Amino acid sequence: MIKFILKKIGKLGGLLLAISLLSFILISYSPVDPIQSYIGAEVSRITPEQRANIEKYWGLHKSKPEQFFLWAKTVVQGNLGESLIYRKPVAEIISNRFFASITLMGLAWLFSGLFGFLLGVLAGMNEGSILDRIIKGYCFVLASTPAFWLGLLLLMFFAAYLGWFPVGLASPAGSLAGEVSLADKISHLFLPVLTLSIVGVANIALHTREKLIEVLNSEYIRFAKAKGEKGVSLLWRHGLRNISLPAISLHFASFGELFGGAVLTEQVFSYPGLGQAVVKAGLGGDVPLLLGITLFSVIFIFVGNFLADLLYVVIDPRMKIKQSV
Amino acid sequence: MINKSHPDTKEVMPLLEVKQLSLSFPQYKEGFEESYIQVIRDFELTIHSGEIVAVVGSSGSGKSLLADSILGILPDNAQTNGTILFEGAPLTPKLQDELRGKAISLIPQSVKALDPLMKTGKQVQSVIRDKKNRKRIQEETFLKLNLPPNTGDKYPFELSGGMARRVLIATAMLSGAKLIIADEPTPGLDEQAWEETLINIKQLSETNGGVMFITHDIHAALKIADKIAVFYAGETIEIANKEDFSGQGDKLRHPYTKALWLALPENDFKALKGNQPDSEEVFTGCVFAPRCPIATEYCRSNKPKSAVINKGITRCFYA
Repeated sequence: MIKFILKKIGKLGGLLLAISLLSFILISYSPVDPIQSYIGAEVSRITPEQRANIEKYWGLHKSKPEQFFLWAKTVVQGNLGESLIYRKPVAEIISNRFFASITLMGLAWLFSGLFGFLLGVLAGMNEGSILDRIIKGYCFVLASTPAFWLGLLLLMFFAAYLGWFPVGLASPAGSLAGEVSLADKISHLFLPVLTLSIVGVANIALHTREKLIEVLNSEYIRFAKAKGEKGVSLLWRHGLRNISLPAISLHFASFGELFGGAVLTEQVFSYPGLGQAVVKAGLGGDVPLLLGITLFSVIFIFVGNFLADLLYVVIDPRMKIKQSV
Repeated sequence: MINKSHPDTKEVMPLLEVKQLSLSFPQYKEGFEESYIQVIRDFELTIHSGEIVAVVGSSGSGKSLLADSILGILPDNAQTNGTILFEGAPLTPKLQDELRGKAISLIPQSVKALDPLMKTGKQVQSVIRDKKNRKRIQEETFLKLNLPPNTGDKYPFELSGGMARRVLIATAMLSGAKLIIADEPTPGLDEQAWEETLINIKQLSETNGGVMFITHDIHAALKIADKIAVFYAGETIEIANKEDFSGQGDKLRHPYTKALWLALPENDFKALKGNQPDSEEVFTGCVFAPRCPIATEYCRSNKPKSAVINKGITRCFYA
């Protein structure tokens, strides 16, 4: 087990190195000029000397590889640098923003998993029925629905037309941090969570459905039936056990899609999370923040996949034996 | 009626009696026109307590579905006709529900019939009705079948083919069933495990009751069965006694059975030309006529009914 974890951590290290190198190269060749985005509209006011001074101060006069190593060195020391837009340490922004995002993503992850699994089981148990066809059709439509578009629709209907929910942000505009009630928070979270949950359902539901049909047609279900098992206990003992493991691991492995969905959803709802910060960083040429969030998202997605793998090893007896041998 | 005149049924009530069983599945082709695939037709079989009746037929002839229809675990869209009597009572779906796993038990084909995520002991225990002593009874039975003491704590993937077979047999043994349906229990076993499995099945027929032994292995059938029903294109074309399989097969009634017997390596080792017809094909005459060496025009246009000939049953005009 320890060997397994060490191996995974080694892989994470390699992945982080590769991703940061790639992101650095992409950013350094992008048309974004960090000095211009730092100074803003008054960039034409500064003299070439001043500009050169800033470049020297930031180390921009050095070669690209040197810049990368300089950045990587400070990152390894635990310093992600300072955001150009927010004028705060990147680490602080990430931790603040992540807290807002994790509530959104966590709730959406939970709901989409639960409902997806439930719908998948219902469809799989009634293969070919009208219910199955409705669920399947619903999932196919959802699977091809972009999160931001769905978010806009929900926003138009529930927030603009019915006025049930606020149009955006995480708390009422202009209120102080201490004054925000839980009800406020929930009403602000509702639509973004709904958007992300609805989009996340399709994948897990279709997968669960397929797997359940496969299991129900298996030899061991036939034998269990021949032994006199039936109904809910048959489904519970032999059906759900065998489909829950792949479903759970699939759901953990979907952290990447979840993060991608959150970026778009937060943008639509102006929700101040990590996703919104990454868009701002990209558009504003905030290189340290962009790289910081990129690295963070790599770790986040990796953790999801790692948990998926770990679950298999812990739960599935077939994997456990292989590990101990 | 045929079965009334059957030599063995005069005084003892048979354990299982199948008469004119047919099984079909709906199939949609060319738009919405509904048609049926006939998998089993005119199947008949009688099993008495203590008897092993082999159902021999080639792969894909619907033998497993036969087991499912007796157990009552067919897919929902299957349509059956005919009579199945268990100890004289019609096997209705309700009765099947009550008897399944208790009075009628299945020995399936392979280790795949065990749930991969559940320990074998627990899977076997589910058939034991004495709830308090489940574990002890299961362990004793495993021991009786020469399974290592810790087998119950193992997962199916940790068992060898022979061990898995013994676990499956233990399930049938512990169910206390009067009728055991062994569905192809021998393929993929080495000589020793093959022999052992057959001995176990033979014992089951002595301790529990009747055994319906579904197989395509004629050797296995001849080794333990009392009667052999030959299954061809969904029909019982002959029910022969074990003794009939001898010499040049002169005692056998149906040309297909004879051909089957003569195809064995120790006999002529000569295979019959052609293949078993698909279940979509419809015959007005005898199903075997296209491959039969002695078929006449009459065979092709008239369907032979089953008749008792020399203490066996066959469907052939020229038997």
